[in-house]
Amino acid sequence: MTLKNALKTSVRGLKTNRSRSFLTILGIVIGITAIILVMSLGQGAQDLILGQIQSIGSKTISVVPGRHPTGISDSLSTFTDSIKNKDVEDLQKKSNVPHLSRIMPIVFGSETATRGNKIHQTTIFGVNNFFAEIYDIYPEEGRLFSDEEISSKAEVIIIGSKTKEKLFDSDEEALGQKIKIKNQSLRIIGILPKKGQFSFISFDDAVIMPHTAAQQYIFGIKYYNRLVVEADSEQNVDRTVEDIKTTIRNNHNITDPEKDDFFIETQAQAMEMVGTILNVLTLFLAAIAAISLVVGGVGIMNIMLVSVTERTHEIGLRKAIGATEKNILVQFLLEAILLTLLGGVIGIILGAGFSFLASLALTKFAGLNWGFTFPISAALLGLGVSAAVGLIFGIYPARQAARKDPIEALRYE
Amino acid sequence: MSLIEVKNLEKIYSDGVETPALQGVSFNIEKGEFVAIMGPSGSGKSTLLHVLGFLDHPTKGEYRFEGKTLADYSKKEIAQIRNKKLGFIFQMFNLLSRTSVLENVKLPLIYSDVKESLWNELSLKAIEQVGLSHRINYETNQLSGGEKQRVAIARALINNPSVIFADEPTGNLDSKSGGQIMEIIEALNNHGQTIILITHETYTAEYSQRIIKLKDGAIESDEKVLERKHIHKDHFVK
Repeated sequence: MTLKNALKTSVRGLKTNRSRSFLTILGIVIGITAIILVMSLGQGAQDLILGQIQSIGSKTISVVPGRHPTGISDSLSTFTDSIKNKDVEDLQKKSNVPHLSRIMPIVFGSETATRGNKIHQTTIFGVNNFFAEIYDIYPEEGRLFSDEEISSKAEVIIIGSKTKEKLFDSDEEALGQKIKIKNQSLRIIGILPKKGQFSFISFDDAVIMPHTAAQQYIFGIKYYNRLVVEADSEQNVDRTVEDIKTTIRNNHNITDPEKDDFFIETQAQAMEMVGTILNVLTLFLAAIAAISLVVGGVGIMNIMLVSVTERTHEIGLRKAIGATEKNILVQFLLEAILLTLLGGVIGIILGAGFSFLASLALTKFAGLNWGFTFPISAALLGLGVSAAVGLIFGIYPARQAARKDPIEALRYE
Repeated sequence: MSLIEVKNLEKIYSDGVETPALQGVSFNIEKGEFVAIMGPSGSGKSTLLHVLGFLDHPTKGEYRFEGKTLADYSKKEIAQIRNKKLGFIFQMFNLLSRTSVLENVKLPLIYSDVKESLWNELSLKAIEQVGLSHRINYETNQLSGGEKQRVAIARALINNPSVIFADEPTGNLDSKSGGQIMEIIEALNNHGQTIILITHETYTAEYSQRIIKLKDGAIESDEKVLERKHIHKDHFVK
């Protein structure tokens, strides 16, 4: 018997029991829908987050004090005070790092801001004016710092939208007012727009001030928590990383790179890491969804066994007119695989549909730039998995059918 | 060489207790013969049909079909013999429901090595032979009992078999439909088709040339029919 006729026979078998066939595949439909939905949304989330990281700039390089952790017992806190102002000055010299276009030292920490009897737990960022360009966020009201304010350790701050909400009544003017952090009076010269909670880096509940002032008045330190360096082009990132390393090692009298008291993170590394985490998370969720496929498969096996018993007569007849055991096996196995494949196709359509609706809803109601991509690899996986489910759970009923004794089968009432 | 040679055939069902169904049955059937196998229920006539139709194995004795015994064939070859050399007509028709007359008649062809381009032509010819050309696209559940049995006959004919086994073909039909069925079977025999008819009804058996009567698994009598009935002369009366 040719495969084409075997397929025809199986399709006819399924068609005579339309409603049951549909109910049988429901488990597979739900399982595949869930997998496609999870994988598609996972892809969307990944695109969104990576897009945000990228918007910070792929030319950005971070210099972090301390040794790169090599294991659990390795403490991150060693040498956390290693990056000082001398390093910033040396990095700015063209002779040391020719392709550096901007450098921003950062100090940060959590502090309590007060105004009258209002209290807000905030994150203080001590930066220079490059923060606005690097993170693409500019004051909605007021202004950025002046160079003079940065160098003179002026007691001025730019606050995030949430910090304003917490410390001021809604009808109060915040610009020009003063708030207190660590008993230091700080004047508000700018207010940042609301960026939303899904943003990768949120300044909503932050207080931003000149790094010089933050070092002196708030944290009482003479080192930086991080340097953000921007290369003049993406091609020069790798070279700039090497130049930075050489400069700082010279500064710190380090000859053995193993003993570096700082390490460097590039945007590419960060993206790779986030991508890996999201992939693992997506696969984990998809694996949970896959459990429902096993349940669906057991359902298929169950119904196929009922079907084999019900069609004992038909099996007997087919054998009496010349069907071999293999013919019968193939017929019932194909029926199971066609069922699960059909379920897989419906599941892929539904999953992609729901994912599309979700992307519309996320874009419209959560204000996210959430793109919908049809997960082709997930769809192919879904098809493969559903066919495999049909094969695995269809083989037992099909063998039962093939082994039926034609006389018993013909006698069966 | 006879078409069918049976020698000391024994069949014992052992389902905990041993039940003998056939006890030393011997006979030959020639090509072109029309033989009726008769007997009350439990006499072993169905068991005999199953053994002759390669659906069951005898416990003892010898069965030669076209000179070869069952042991000479592999499972696959047995399926091929059922497909090409044997045709079955059952009391319960055993058609695929919700499937057209044409598809039902075509069914044996999908298991054969006949070219697919010939399938429709062969099926239509067989359907014409049983006078159902006007019902080709009807689904079998829309047909009357007599029509259903005619579909089954067309299906049995399709591969031009060496022998047709008819197991109580008129058992579920009224006398008019039964008569039409016997008329077709008789016509087939007149064209040289070997027929083995299983029945418990004497009036049906008398259309054959020879009646083998079974009782308790053994042959009680094996005689030629002296006054053979013919549909055209004698009406089929139940």
